[in-house]
Amino acid sequence: MKRYLMSGNEAIARGAYEAGIQVCSAYPGTPSTEILENLPQYRDVLYSEWAPNEKVAAEMAYGASIAGARSLCAMKHVGLNVAADPIFSAAYNGVGGAYIVVTADDPSMHSSQNEQDNRHYARAAKIAMVEPSDSQECLDFVKAACWISEEFDIPVLFRTTTRISHSKSPVVLGEREEVSLRPFQRKTGKYVAIPANAARNHPKLEENLRRLEAYGNTCSLNRMEIHGSRIGVIAASTAYQYAREAFPADTSFLKLGLTNPLPMDLIRRFAGMVEELYVIEELDDFMEQQIRAAGIACKGKEQTGKLYELNPQLLRQRIFGEEPGGCAPEEPVPSRPPALCPGCPHRGFFYTMAQHPDLLVSGDIGCYTLGASEPLNAMDSALCMGGGFTVAMGMAKALEFSGSPHRKVFGVLGDSTFFHSGMTGAAEILYNQGQVVPVILDNSITGMTGHQDNPGTGRTLQGDMAAKISIEKVLEAYGYEKILVVDPQDLSAMGQAVEEAADSTVPTAIVARRPCLLIPGRKIQKSLCQVDPQVCIGCRKCGKAGCPAISFRDKKAQIDPAQCVGCTVCAQICPVHAISKEDCE
Amino acid sequence: MNTKSALLVGVGGQGTILASRIFTQGLLDAGWDVKMSEVHGMAQRGGSVSTQVRWGRQVFSPLIGPGAADLVLAFEKMEAVRYQEYLAPDGIAVVSSLEIPSAPISAGLCPYPSGCLDGLRRHHRCIEVKAGEIAQSLGNRKCMNVVLLGAMAEALDMGAMDWETAIRNTVPSRFLELNLAAFQAGRAAVRGEAV
Repeated sequence: MKRYLMSGNEAIARGAYEAGIQVCSAYPGTPSTEILENLPQYRDVLYSEWAPNEKVAAEMAYGASIAGARSLCAMKHVGLNVAADPIFSAAYNGVGGAYIVVTADDPSMHSSQNEQDNRHYARAAKIAMVEPSDSQECLDFVKAACWISEEFDIPVLFRTTTRISHSKSPVVLGEREEVSLRPFQRKTGKYVAIPANAARNHPKLEENLRRLEAYGNTCSLNRMEIHGSRIGVIAASTAYQYAREAFPADTSFLKLGLTNPLPMDLIRRFAGMVEELYVIEELDDFMEQQIRAAGIACKGKEQTGKLYELNPQLLRQRIFGEEPGGCAPEEPVPSRPPALCPGCPHRGFFYTMAQHPDLLVSGDIGCYTLGASEPLNAMDSALCMGGGFTVAMGMAKALEFSGSPHRKVFGVLGDSTFFHSGMTGAAEILYNQGQVVPVILDNSITGMTGHQDNPGTGRTLQGDMAAKISIEKVLEAYGYEKILVVDPQDLSAMGQAVEEAADSTVPTAIVARRPCLLIPGRKIQKSLCQVDPQVCIGCRKCGKAGCPAISFRDKKAQIDPAQCVGCTVCAQICPVHAISKEDCE
Repeated sequence: MNTKSALLVGVGGQGTILASRIFTQGLLDAGWDVKMSEVHGMAQRGGSVSTQVRWGRQVFSPLIGPGAADLVLAFEKMEAVRYQEYLAPDGIAVVSSLEIPSAPISAGLCPYPSGCLDGLRRHHRCIEVKAGEIAQSLGNRKCMNVVLLGAMAEALDMGAMDWETAIRNTVPSRFLELNLAAFQAGRAAVRGEAV
């Protein structure tokens, strides 16, 4: 049988296709993004879309489920915080067609603001949870999850981690199962979440969970691998793979795929077969706590810890006391933090804000969070998607009381984030009259996650033309009286806009607009900035823009021609005009 | 064969992921079980990036910790040293001579550690490959990643395997000849070093 090398995300997409899923929605977020990116190839039988945010994705997919289709929504771990509201009530209502919610967690925070463990959501929301441990299981478990969802009338949380979503392993493909839509029927008592209905639906949900636990004790998603009676390990997800490699060959495993509710009878039986029982899991003691609470003695978190990713070597070290391997570098290696790309349109804005230390900057989640890093160092906070405007609002109100010399707070977020959850914040600023300037850094794409379309780009996930929502018209409709649209790469114009907004006495917003250079298919006029070493006085002011193409040798600035795109931000900064631009072919 | 492990490390945007894809596809075509782990997202914006590739009869973990890699392929010199602790005691480093200053270096906060490979050499076999120059001589600097891939295959004694199919199936056809030449040039560079 032909084996294809697929990432977990690619395999989930394939699984959605094979499982007969018809409707999928998501907001991009590392490490979940590629699931939806791999779905448009099936557009003849499966509709897929980018939603403005995760809550919209979850609700939209749930609507499809009620209407009888199998559906899936996907998000990164923090996206589930945004989407939690509909999912908790969907658990009470139950489903029509299968309803799958994919959450991709990010232990070690490779590309996230925290490493929250979303397994807790399955318990808190009282929904089923499956956890694949490699790409083949990613594919197979989507099918299993669809069956579970429909059989037990319950949403299924499909939980991956970075190493599941972004690891590639061989996958054998199957055929699509064509599932006809369940005929839609009005079921007011089931689908209308009002108190009386919810009160009737909650006991049904508890009963469904009991049936599901009984199923978990015998289903093939949970399996024993008996190799000896000395040590037993209970594990799921990628932690199973780490433990499989770290523990001795005579270790027995209870490998769990259905992890909420936990199959406690099966766990008790397994515990009785081994002398010493370990629970190996990344992040929190989600399983261990429940297993201990059931009166089953086990070890785990005390040794493995709750922080960051695990790996086989770390497990051997922490459980068996093996010495850590490898020779660390003799001298410390200079760090290499990520930075705004050469020519990034955000640079001009943050450079400008760095020149205004009297203005506070409340940032947000996206490429532009890099405006916080040295040498720009032009951000005072970044919390969550959409928080740029609203955290700014709280800061501004507090500063009004403190009599602080700060003039205004600039709330900063990107175009995609504006549609995600910035619009409500823009309303808050106006409605409650905050001394806040909302700034939208519109690079015309969802950048950090790898260039996905959004309601402002005029194109959909499936590649069709779409309505292009104008950010300034939205702001205008809200009642912003001054909307300064400016090219952030023009430092003089950018500086003027910031000054004008800071001093403005009427509600004022800034749209700093220039498309990201990395948007695929975008033609850029490549040009090059060069330093005249005779003119350069070595003042290093150009270095304050934090451009990776600029370095200093022999007290003179130099620009790496391989990296420079000729944005001229450095040339505009240079006080002695030592930097000039030349067009290239 | 025990499970083998390699790390491909470099700077975001250097093409480490494409090289890893060719490598893993070649391993899969040769019948091995393969797992490969990438990191996407924020780190790609010019930050330090690493990809792990593991292969053998049956591979469990997609990830290894320090002291477990048979080979580290570094697309940049300083990155080789950053990840050197991943090498097993008999692990080999294959390193591009390319130096790319990071932000603190460009800002003048510290110098580029030009002699940084000396420390690595005291503990491990270290093969330096002038991948940039080799790629340039073939007419396109962008094929540097495939030059390094060839060097890695040779250093692992796997140079003679069928990599052509994997390259053919991974790179755009107009760059096929260039990349095939780049792969062989990388192999040759290592053979030259080994003499």
